Amino acid sequence: MTKDTAVEARNAVKAFGQGDTAVRALDDVSIEIRKGEFFTLLGPSGCGKTTLLRLIAGFEMPTSGTILLDGQDITYLPPNKRPVNTVFQSYALFPHLTVAQNIGFGLEMQGRPRAEVKATVDRMLALVKLEALASRKTSQLSGGQQQRVALARALAPSPKVLLLDEPLSALDLKLRREMQGELKRLQTETGITFIFVTHDQEEALTMSDRIGVMSAGKLQQVGTPREIYTRPLNRFVASFIGETNFMPATSNGSTLTLAGGYKMPAPPATKSGAVTVTVRPEQVKLTHTPEPGSLPATVRGVVYMGTDMNYQLHLADGTEIEACVVSDVTGEAALQAGQTVGVTFTPGAAQVLED
Amino acid sequence: MSVAEKAQEAQSVRNGWLLSTPALIILTLFAVGPLMIVVVYSFLAPGQYGNVEWKLSLDGWRGILWTKDIFDDTYGLADANVTIFWRSVKLSILTTLLTFAVGFPTAWFIATRPAKSRALWLFLITIPFWTNLLIRTYAINEVIRNEGLLNTVLIKLGVISEPLRIIYTDTAVFIGMAYVYLPLMVLPLFAAIDRFDMKLLEAGYDLYASRMQVLRRVILPIVKPGIIAGSILVFVPSLGAYVTPRVLGGGKQMMIGNFIDLQFGQGRNWPLGAALSLTLLIIVTGALLIYVKYANRDVSNGH
Repeated sequence: MTKDTAVEARNAVKAFGQGDTAVRALDDVSIEIRKGEFFTLLGPSGCGKTTLLRLIAGFEMPTSGTILLDGQDITYLPPNKRPVNTVFQSYALFPHLTVAQNIGFGLEMQGRPRAEVKATVDRMLALVKLEALASRKTSQLSGGQQQRVALARALAPSPKVLLLDEPLSALDLKLRREMQGELKRLQTETGITFIFVTHDQEEALTMSDRIGVMSAGKLQQVGTPREIYTRPLNRFVASFIGETNFMPATSNGSTLTLAGGYKMPAPPATKSGAVTVTVRPEQVKLTHTPEPGSLPATVRGVVYMGTDMNYQLHLADGTEIEACVVSDVTGEAALQAGQTVGVTFTPGAAQVLED
Repeated sequence: MSVAEKAQEAQSVRNGWLLSTPALIILTLFAVGPLMIVVVYSFLAPGQYGNVEWKLSLDGWRGILWTKDIFDDTYGLADANVTIFWRSVKLSILTTLLTFAVGFPTAWFIATRPAKSRALWLFLITIPFWTNLLIRTYAINEVIRNEGLLNTVLIKLGVISEPLRIIYTDTAVFIGMAYVYLPLMVLPLFAAIDRFDMKLLEAGYDLYASRMQVLRRVILPIVKPGIIAGSILVFVPSLGAYVTPRVLGGGKQMMIGNFIDLQFGQGRNWPLGAALSLTLLIIVTGALLIYVKYANRDVSNGH
């Protein structure tokens, strides 16, 4: 653990149930989250991301393992003793309190002086642009406004870490986009470490400094959005984030050979033998006729998607792949179904998977 | 507004009255009517063998708190009556508090069970209603009387050597009423807690509130409508309780209900009984008004 680590989980295990029927929601997860970063835990529902968040918040205790905050063991510290606040998926605003009272709740419970509470509440109201609604009941607010109150309430006590449990999932698309920008702005302005849980890969890619991809209670890969997208370590990460193609290949350590004899340089430290190669559809290049050195393929389907054209292709060995090409204005350059074309890949776009 | 529209509106008003006639008849016959009889009787003089003499008199109302000296016809404060009123109010408040203290954890327990077993727990709460009130009260008598279950067990265990004298005391009436009215507290509390979003507990803990603060600042204010409803449902019948103080108070520890009964029976003073009934009604209405005002104040606070 380094000095700029905000939160660390060491070998965290959380099992629900007893004995043979126990389910490991979290299976030996170790992770370090840096101070001041926007970290996203990404994964499908039931992957353990919310469980990890709840261990950090203190709502649950791990079956084994340790949770550290600023280097201190907080594994068994109750939530009200942790300088960590949560924005809940359902917001969980207090219905009997006004907007201002909701935001001031944490500060009041900490026993801060009345004047300080009021000043901080006013500052928070300005930060989330809700000054005009300070004395409203939360039930009189729209979803987006409630979201802002939840954020302000969690930020008011200046926590060391802010936990966000799928906070945007209840909003419609337009509002969600807006709040994504808002969240990023708040994170930059406050400098607080954000740990954001979501199952939406687009949300994760656009907002995060780093992403931790989870599946089946395990951490699959941690990296920047670019690393996660362009260099997925395994089949799960590659297919969960964006569209991708999988192709069998053989490797001799320096060159990858696909079925059909297509050769491309292997990324450094590639093992020899049979491997799986992944290439994103937008890195697949098509030529109207199979040229020497390209991989022949048959166009099976054509989908016009506005900005892009999407082609389903069959390689000679029966592997199905997808190509995504920027549409031309007239459509004259478009390929037809049934046509035989040549396939190449952008150099360096191919990624060899661990499994 | 055209003539046709006016006629149509008049017709709909007439229809409205016509449709509410059955309800109005029932209200007149069974609520307003009897009440008016009670009001009228309270201003008449008592008859020799019960009933009333059709003669205007304020003695009924005066008799609520004052008593005529048998020697010099002056009026003095009726200590016995004050004691009865005070006991009624005191025991009703205590009963409300005890049922809340026992009922709140009970309701919380039921509301936090899985949906399947919740129905069973609620069903168990309502079981006592299947048995006649009198029988249940005698059952309590059987438990707390000098040679009853409680004393026998305590003496056998060596905790006490002399039986505890509970029966025919205020405590006995208090225990009995709390037992009888407990479900009336549990059910509305359950309804309120059932609607309570348990996520708010986590939100409270997350925002540095201790368990006690979460209870006081989050749970209680939110389930308050249930607390108020339960308190009304317990307090009102407690105040007018008749069977429980009769059986467990042994006729000496009277409450307003028994006192009223006495006036219509052995006391042969129907006007006083009627005036007492109306006094009870006024106390209950007053208590309800305070509750309603208190309940509304907080709801409208945030606007």
